[in-house]
Amino acid sequence: MGPLARLLARRIALGLLLLLAVSVLIFAGTQILPGDVAQSILGQSATPQALANLREELGLNDPAWLRYLRWLGGVLSGDLGTALSNGQAIGPQIAQRLGNTLFLAFWAAAVAVPLAILLGLLAVRYRNRWPDRLISGVTLASISLPEFFIGYVLIFFFGVKLRWFPSVATVHDGMSLWEKLEAIALPVTVLTLVVLAHMMRMTRAAILNVMQSAYIETAELKGLSQFRVVFRHAFPNAIAPIVNVVMINLAYLVVGVVVVEVIFVYPGMGQYLVDHVAKRDVPVVQATGLIFAAVYIGLNLVADIVAIVSNPRLRHPK
Amino acid sequence: MRIPVSALIGLFFTGLFFLMAIFAPWIAPYGMAEVVGDVWEPASERFWLGTDNIGRDLLTRMIWGGRTTIFIASLATFLAFTLGALLGFTAAVVGGWVDQAMSRIVDLIMSIPTLIFALVVLSVMPVTTPVLILVMGLLDSTRVYRLSRAVAVDINVMDFVEAARLRGEGRGWIIFREILPNALSPLVAELGLRFIFAVLFLSTLSFLGLGVQPPASDWGGMVKENKEGIVFGIGAALWPAAAIAALAISVNLVADWILNRTSDLKGGRGG
Repeated sequence: MGPLARLLARRIALGLLLLLAVSVLIFAGTQILPGDVAQSILGQSATPQALANLREELGLNDPAWLRYLRWLGGVLSGDLGTALSNGQAIGPQIAQRLGNTLFLAFWAAAVAVPLAILLGLLAVRYRNRWPDRLISGVTLASISLPEFFIGYVLIFFFGVKLRWFPSVATVHDGMSLWEKLEAIALPVTVLTLVVLAHMMRMTRAAILNVMQSAYIETAELKGLSQFRVVFRHAFPNAIAPIVNVVMINLAYLVVGVVVVEVIFVYPGMGQYLVDHVAKRDVPVVQATGLIFAAVYIGLNLVADIVAIVSNPRLRHPK
Repeated sequence: MRIPVSALIGLFFTGLFFLMAIFAPWIAPYGMAEVVGDVWEPASERFWLGTDNIGRDLLTRMIWGGRTTIFIASLATFLAFTLGALLGFTAAVVGGWVDQAMSRIVDLIMSIPTLIFALVVLSVMPVTTPVLILVMGLLDSTRVYRLSRAVAVDINVMDFVEAARLRGEGRGWIIFREILPNALSPLVAELGLRFIFAVLFLSTLSFLGLGVQPPASDWGGMVKENKEGIVFGIGAALWPAAAIAALAISVNLVADWILNRTSDLKGGRGG
């Protein structure tokens, strides 16, 4: 096994370990209160006998670590447990919604990533002139705006006043891709605006960082055009940090999706999670929380792997 | 010292929002949960911003809502800073396995998206104001911990700290008298950003129905209450959302200025 493969294997193993620790944390997070699942199913008026029976049935009398292991074993073999609110298996319910959420996140990323990199390059090209200042100003503003502000302003003007797009994003299997895209146009715009600013700012910083190195000065002194210096000399060396930024923002996108789905009543994972937190349906919250965390950790892992592969210096740690 | 215009605007509006929050009971025209008119009345002489989804005065709700939002966000930020800075400084000064253990735990908590973790915890906890402050403060303290530990590690190796050690000062002296005063300026700049984060986070939770519970009003919750009006072309939900944005931008402008000023002081490149 070469040094690169060993480094990658170690990073992936670390990621899996982290995921395991996170599953412990999520499980522990739902065990903080003395009240238990049986109480929340039956409500406050339940008789002690009924509570005891249900506890027995659900295996709540076992110690916490045993319940954790049982839950983890179930998750690993593809059984996410049973929802308390309707008594159905969680897995099939989530599958459809996870697909919807990934569909939304994918299109947001497909719009946001190229746009952010392009704007970042533009900001560097026109550094300290009006395009750069304009982009920086808009960035500062959009970092401070909550998702629901952007979301409802867009719905108000483009959905209700101008009627260009539907204000509720409903998708189902019977729709063609084009119809689906039209339905998610507004949520994709919100998600794009939310991550664009940060991604663009970091791209700008990454390229500026490279622009200060000696070989860029050489390229400039050779008399190469500004365009060529930025795109051919600086950009390739900035790819690793940019990929890193992109991955971190995609991870953020996965979280931003929760709020955006609620705004647009989109049938995805985020909406499902929020509904079941309100219903205090602990098994569903655990399962969805774990999936969100896994996607988040996975994207961060990919970012690290890309950084290792694209940067020869990281392959030979001293 | 010249204060840039952007910082002045930020200071003005931040001050305005805080004054509004403090004096809410005296300046609000109607009672907080008082039904005074029809559902979603348009703006008029009597109701400057119109009425909300059950006929309460929107301006009154906005003023009281700002009070709730700012109060909870401030306390959460305060908790995050006290806890995060204290633990961060301790980790840097003590070092060794204490530092390792605390840093790994913080890494672990930060590897889960904050909102997801908060939702998991809130699915079993009763959603009350103290619980909200505690959850938000604890989760946010991880970020303060990272910053204050990084700053303190740098200060910890300086000569005056070494001198204090040789004098035989205890850990408490070193943390509070040597490190804290020197770590203050980066921490103050961070304070603004963390406060904005707390405001946005609380608003998001309330918007999802898992934050401040009705009939108490806060800006995120008001967006939730009035969002059904949007599809009928009634913009009541946009007011509280805009207020959140305005507060966040104002504080951001001030924080940006402080950040630039402190990096100037250190002889950094500033801007």
